[in-house]
Amino acid sequence: MTDLTKLTIAEARSGLRKKEFTAVELTKAYIARMEKKRGLNAYVCETPEQALDMAAESQKKIDAGTGGDLEGISLGIKDLFCTKGIQTTACSNILKGFVPPYESTVTFKLLAAGANFLGKLNMDEFAMGGSNETSAFGPVINPWSKGVPLVAGGSSGGSAAAVAARMCAAATGTDTGGSIRQPSAFCGVTGIKPTYGRCSRYGIVAFASSLDQAGPIAKDVRDCAILLKNMAGYDAKDATSAKINVPDFEQFLGQDIRGLKVGLPKEFRVEGLNADVAACWDRTTDMLRSRGAEVVEISLPHSKYALATYYIIAPAEASSNLARYDGLRYGCRVDGKHLDDMYINSRSAGFGTEVKRRIMIGTYVLSAGYYDAYYLKAQKVRRLIRDDFARAFEKCDLILTPTAPGAAFPIGDKSMNSNPIQMWLNDIFTVSISLAGLPALSLPAGLSAEGLPLGMQLVGKAFDEATVFKAASALEQDIDFGSVK
Amino acid sequence: MAVDTQTVRRIAFLSRLKIEDDKIAAAEEEFNKILQWVDQLAEVDTDQAEPLVSVNEGRLELRHDEVTDGNIADEILANAPMKEYGYFAVPKVVE
Amino acid sequence: MSGMIIEGKTGRWEIVCGLEIHCQIISKSKMFSGASTHYGSDPNENVSFVDAGMPGMLPVLNEECVRQAVKTGLGLNAKINKYSEFARKNYFYADLPQGYQITQFKYPLVGEGKVKIELDDGSSKEIGIERIHIEQDAGKSIHDISPDKSFIDLNRAGVGLMEIVTKPDFRSPEEAGAFLRKLRSIVRYLGTCDGNMDEGSMRCDVNVSVRKVGEDGFRTRNEMKNVNSVKFVMQAIESEARRHVETYENGGTIEQETRQFDPNSCTTKVMRKKEFAHDYRYFPEPDLPPLVIDEAFIEQVRSEMVELPDVRQERFVRELGLTRYDASVLCENKETADWFEQAAQGHDAKKVANWMMGDFFALLNEKKLSLEESPISPANLGKLVDLIAEGVINGKTAKDVFALMAESGEAPDKIVEEKGLKQVTDTGAIEAIIDMVLTANPENVAAYKAGKTALMGWFVGQVMKESRGKANPGMVNKLLAQKLG
Repeated sequence: MTDLTKLTIAEARSGLRKKEFTAVELTKAYIARMEKKRGLNAYVCETPEQALDMAAESQKKIDAGTGGDLEGISLGIKDLFCTKGIQTTACSNILKGFVPPYESTVTFKLLAAGANFLGKLNMDEFAMGGSNETSAFGPVINPWSKGVPLVAGGSSGGSAAAVAARMCAAATGTDTGGSIRQPSAFCGVTGIKPTYGRCSRYGIVAFASSLDQAGPIAKDVRDCAILLKNMAGYDAKDATSAKINVPDFEQFLGQDIRGLKVGLPKEFRVEGLNADVAACWDRTTDMLRSRGAEVVEISLPHSKYALATYYIIAPAEASSNLARYDGLRYGCRVDGKHLDDMYINSRSAGFGTEVKRRIMIGTYVLSAGYYDAYYLKAQKVRRLIRDDFARAFEKCDLILTPTAPGAAFPIGDKSMNSNPIQMWLNDIFTVSISLAGLPALSLPAGLSAEGLPLGMQLVGKAFDEATVFKAASALEQDIDFGSVK
Repeated sequence: MAVDTQTVRRIAFLSRLKIEDDKIAAAEEEFNKILQWVDQLAEVDTDQAEPLVSVNEGRLELRHDEVTDGNIADEILANAPMKEYGYFAVPKVVE
Repeated sequence: MSGMIIEGKTGRWEIVCGLEIHCQIISKSKMFSGASTHYGSDPNENVSFVDAGMPGMLPVLNEECVRQAVKTGLGLNAKINKYSEFARKNYFYADLPQGYQITQFKYPLVGEGKVKIELDDGSSKEIGIERIHIEQDAGKSIHDISPDKSFIDLNRAGVGLMEIVTKPDFRSPEEAGAFLRKLRSIVRYLGTCDGNMDEGSMRCDVNVSVRKVGEDGFRTRNEMKNVNSVKFVMQAIESEARRHVETYENGGTIEQETRQFDPNSCTTKVMRKKEFAHDYRYFPEPDLPPLVIDEAFIEQVRSEMVELPDVRQERFVRELGLTRYDASVLCENKETADWFEQAAQGHDAKKVANWMMGDFFALLNEKKLSLEESPISPANLGKLVDLIAEGVINGKTAKDVFALMAESGEAPDKIVEEKGLKQVTDTGAIEAIIDMVLTANPENVAAYKAGKTALMGWFVGQVMKESRGKANPGMVNKLLAQKLG
């Protein structure tokens, strides 16, 4: 029998239906892989017994012909999703030992579709980071590392690494400023951040509420389409989830892209752009052109302010969202003489450096006397950024950009860690899209000179993931991209 | 804009975070570096721009007034570091 | 003029006062969760994961809270804002699970309005409403169970509140007292808040400053939090105003601070100086899109409005012929006015009002009964009035019948029947008694005939006595006059 972990979800689903193997066999293969690759530090909590029990149940349904869309498929879940009865920490010491008595809507839907969960995946603490180095559980090692251990990207680093290393069929991720797309690019896998409002945020530990979106990270475009369909949809428990029909994204795969207008934002062609990234961008553009797409130049004049805007809005919301971690009702408590002491002790012990930094910035930009200059200003610039996209989409159907300014860098890299802003620059191509709430998919598009994966990002109009999937599946056919051994 | 030590301390207290005395200077320096960087927004002309509060176009959906939740005190208290007589317990609050 | 002038050494001072009243909204479930608002349950019993501020939980707005606030706004003649926004007010406190309160800041649901108050001297005054916004209540800290710990009960956390903010229009404690009573009457009429200040379902913050008569602008004000009765509010205003005058006249200055009123000493003491003031860092709530209501919604609420006390009072005077004083007493609370209207239905309303304001209220007072506990039903009081009007019983008997009704709850006609209290209107029967009395007292008959006509009263009394009070006094008078000729 071939290595079952090499199968995509679509292939595994067909194999299960044809009784070529059972759901339990498939799950066992992933569990074996999870154990073998434990050194990557992708999982922070493993739940193999539960996965096997559920796989056995799934097999019964498959036998009875009543299986769901994801029946018997083993997934990894980013530790930001609350999973009932299973430890959920957002990879922070402040939530050490927290076991939610409830299930997030997204994971609930995946379970309802027949999936089983192998465990919880490593990530940057509270999803704040671009390299997985802020995790209380330590960094994830990129499976593409040769010698020097490389970062898996972040914040969904565990998710991308686990998919790349075939430690799960696919994984859930969340994206606030690039947290699905950038690690997908670094690990050579496919991930999509859908339109803001597509997936319910209920039960996902909040980082920045106006930006957070769940999405899948998978082996290929089709698997992303299958998963997103089973994750998305209106949820009455989330007032920001969109009351918009979720199409069957799979039907758009392989469709003709002739006449599709693809925009290239001129502002993204920054001076000093990494040569490998630039070449990969050109190559991908040519592929689309040769399939009949029309390439047009577009302008996103305010995108250069996106990072600064993002690093005001996201920390502001985070400073408020993370106020609930006070040691009172759950999580880490360090006692003090009185209540404020307890708060200060608990929070100082529980949060890591990057999280504290962002809470402080967020508190500052909202505080009396600074609100207008920072927070309000950022909200106005956010409007201009979104208007830029609206204008650009009058000229094109889709936007193509690199996902990240470079390939994965070494863990503990000195220049990256020299100051926080250096690390934040990793989000340069992703944050403007997050601020505009648009859907964007990253797919592996080539290798750097060092043989590391590079990702390209396809950005669609709001709620037009269909076009993104269509173009991504076309590109996927042309890109000859290897996978991890 | 630049912040001084006192502001850093005030922000830390508002955030309920402790900065040790020997770390305060470094924190202040870093804080100012970040603020200097975000100050680039000052050059954007936003006179005509309405602040963007929500990217959602949809209107706020309202719930019907029905009791559909509660009576789960055990689950509410399950993760509490300290609880007594069905309450969460904390060091004495003195106003 | 109802303004209060404080005569100082340096001149005459006037009081400037505004109120902020928190009214608990009557609804079955909480403002942002489906947990019950029931009062008096076991600790943490009416708490959902949302109310407990668990990670990943999101607020969903209760329609009824919006409806109730709009209704209250219409009742206060206020502008209803079709667009409003929720905001977070950030601060740490043990009974605030999320670390922020969801409230409204820049864009409240209800804008400016006005309320007419009546003062003891018969004058009236209009008080401006600045705004009404809706927000969630906090939980409760309990300090008296343990010597070194506080206990937290979140049953109240998330219950809907309306904060009604007045303009600084009050110039005397009396005006503020009249306003609070009026407001309480209105919200009770509307059924939007039960208005019990002692139970905390209506809580009042008082802002006070003073200025020299004729002076423009406002001086520094102080806020007194949570003053919990109308009487205390009035006392707090006066004592605080006097303190301000005294301070100014002694060359001091008033600093902006939050103070607490102590009802025992009738003084205020400082709670929080400005330098320790909170920095609430308000910002738009990213978990809730703006609230947009349409004209149809407002019209629907308007159609459900009951007649308000002012209008009802006017109608009682105009249509039922009540005195203004009686109408205002009967209309102060809806239950009393409803009871009165039921009793007056089809009967002489003025007489019913007299009975209610006299014997009936005296009875309830004496027996410490509420209106619902009254042994006398509205219909029976109406019947009693009819029995008098129809001459079935006379006024004196009616008092006895009323006493019997109060004891047994029986209908007055039944009591009159059973006890044989019917007024004697049969000429023959009365004549028989008269004859008997005249025969028994020949010397008085002689004296009367000799000119001592003052004896008429004595004869009437004797006849009434012989009839055991049942004879119709008018007929007795008439027949006696004939017989004594």
